[in-house]
Amino acid sequence: MATNWTIDGVREALRSKKISARELAADYYKRIEARNAELNAYLTLSQERAFAQADRVDALVAAGKALPPLVGVPIAVKDVISTRGVRTTCGSKILENYIPPYDATAVERLEAAGAVILGKTNCDEFAMGSSNENSAYGPVRNPEAPERVPGGSSGGSAAAVAAGLAVASLGTDTGGSIRQPGSFCGIPAMMPSYGRVSRYGLIAFASSLDRIGPFAGNVRDVGTVLQMIAGRDPNDSTSTTAPVPDYGVEVEKPVKGLRIGIPKEYFGAGMDAEVRKKIEAGIEVLRKLGCEIREIRMPHTDYAIAVYYIIATAEASSNLARYDGVRYGLRVEGDSLLGMYRKTRGKGFGAEVKRRIVLGTYVLSAGYYDAYYLKGQKVRALIAQDFRDAFTKVDAIVTPTSPVPAFKLGERTNDPLQMYLADIYTVTGSLAGVPGISVPCGKICGKLPVGLQIFGPPFREGRVLQLARAFEEADGASL
Amino acid sequence: MKISREDVLRVADLAYLDLSEAELETYRNQIDEILEYIGKLNELDTANVEPMAQVLTDDQTADATLREDVVVPCELGAEILNGAPDPEPPYFRVPKVIER
Repeated sequence: MATNWTIDGVREALRSKKISARELAADYYKRIEARNAELNAYLTLSQERAFAQADRVDALVAAGKALPPLVGVPIAVKDVISTRGVRTTCGSKILENYIPPYDATAVERLEAAGAVILGKTNCDEFAMGSSNENSAYGPVRNPEAPERVPGGSSGGSAAAVAAGLAVASLGTDTGGSIRQPGSFCGIPAMMPSYGRVSRYGLIAFASSLDRIGPFAGNVRDVGTVLQMIAGRDPNDSTSTTAPVPDYGVEVEKPVKGLRIGIPKEYFGAGMDAEVRKKIEAGIEVLRKLGCEIREIRMPHTDYAIAVYYIIATAEASSNLARYDGVRYGLRVEGDSLLGMYRKTRGKGFGAEVKRRIVLGTYVLSAGYYDAYYLKGQKVRALIAQDFRDAFTKVDAIVTPTSPVPAFKLGERTNDPLQMYLADIYTVTGSLAGVPGISVPCGKICGKLPVGLQIFGPPFREGRVLQLARAFEEADGASL
Repeated sequence: MKISREDVLRVADLAYLDLSEAELETYRNQIDEILEYIGKLNELDTANVEPMAQVLTDDQTADATLREDVVVPCELGAEILNGAPDPEPPYFRVPKVIER
C-alpha cells in the first residue's frame, strides 16, 4: 500500500513543485480504483469537481501566491453531507439519485481552504448504525481486517483514510459515528463540541446531537481540518460565536500537570478484557507524560443508551418525515397522496431506519410522550450534569472509545439492542454536547485497533487535541 | 409486553410508513425488547429535573443567533424542480388530493 500523505507533506511537495495538485488527485483516484472494489469506502467519485479544484490550486502555486492551509489536500466527505452537483445518497435508496443544489458550509469551507474533494463515502443509512452494515449500498470492509466491520456510521470516511484513499475526511457523529469507526480503523477521529461546526447542509438525523468532524492520519491534521470548518455560520443558528483558537498552537502545548478523570463507570461489565488492558496501558502513558490521573464518578452513565435511543429516534422520526416522494428522491406511486407517501417510505427506507422511525414516533405519540420522551430529556440533563461536575475536578476525561474491537461482518446484525449497547462509551458525550476524540491505543494481537477516547469541556477542542497529540507522540498507537 | 401489534400499526400509520406483515412482527419484537431496556430510566427520580431539549451555550440567546429577516434571492428553483420526481415548473405535482 502506498503511504498516505500528511497535510504538511502535501503543501511542501506542492510548494517545491515535486508534484502538482492534479497529479496528486490522479494518484489518489488510482489508489481508489485499486482498493475500492474490495473496501466499498466510496459511493461516488467527484473527479470533475476535484480536478477543477486541483487546477485552481496549481494556478496558485504557479503564480507564487500564498498557499491556503489545505492546499491540494485530497479529502473524502461522508455521504450525508451535501455537495453541490455531486450525488448525495445518505446510504439510502430513497436518495439514490439525489443531487444537492448547494454545498454544506463545511464542504464550502474546505474547498475555500484549498482542499480537493475526491468523493462521497459510504455510511449507515442516514447515519443510523454502528457497523456500516445498514448502508443500502453494501457494507464497508475494515482495511485493517477485511473480514470485519469498519465501525459506523462513518465507516467509509474512516476506512478511506486508514487505507490511504484520502489524506483526511469528514464524518458525522450523533452517538459515536466518528469516534467508533476511528477506533475500529486505527486512526484519530474527532467529534467537536455541539455548535462548533455548522450543520448547514448536513442531512439531518437527530438535530440536537448531529455534529460534523474530521478523520485524518495524525492528530495535527485532525486539528488543521477542524480549524477550517469550525466557527459561526449564519445559516445554522446553533453554531456559536465562541472564538475558534489556533489549534496548531493548542495541539503542541505541554500536557504535564493536566488532571485526567477516569470514570469508574466506563470500566464495567461488557468490556473486552484485551481492550481493557490496552486502555489501562494508555492511561499509564498519560501518567508518564506528567498528567495527574484521578478516579471520578459519572453516576448516570449507565442510563445513556436508553436516553440516546429515545431522543435520537424521536428526532429522526421527525426529521425523516420530509422524505415523502414529492420534492426529491424516490417516489412510488400510490392510489392517493397518502398512499404514495406510505409506499414511497415503505420501499425507500431500509430496516434500521424504519425501526427507528417506528420507535421514535412511538415515544413521541400521545400517551407515551411523558413516559419516554420527556423522561429521556430529563435524564439527558442528569448526564450533562455528570460532565459539568466532572469538569470542576478534572481537565479532561479518558475512557475506552468502544467496549469491543471491530467485530466480524454479519456477527451482530440480527440483534439491534446488542448493537445499540456497544455505543455505551460514546453516546454520553453526544448527549452532553462536549468534544471528544478517539486516538489509536495499540492493537489487539497486533491486528485489531483499540481507541482511547478523550473528552474535554465544551469548546475546549484544543485541550482534547493537545492530549491526543501528546499520546500519539508518546507512541500510544504501538501499545 | 410493552408494545402490541396494534401499537405498531397505529405508529406506522402516524409515520405514513407501509410495513409488511413480516416487518410488523419483527419490529414489534425488537422494539418491545428495546422499550423493556429503556424502562430502566424509571429507576431514577426526575420529578425535580428540568428536561434538556438542546445543548445551548451562553451566546445562544434568540437575539444572538437569529438572522435578520431579509429576503435573499434564490436562483435554485429550476435546479431543485429538476431533481423532483414529478415536476411541473414552477410546481411539484402530486396525486389528486381534492375531489371536484
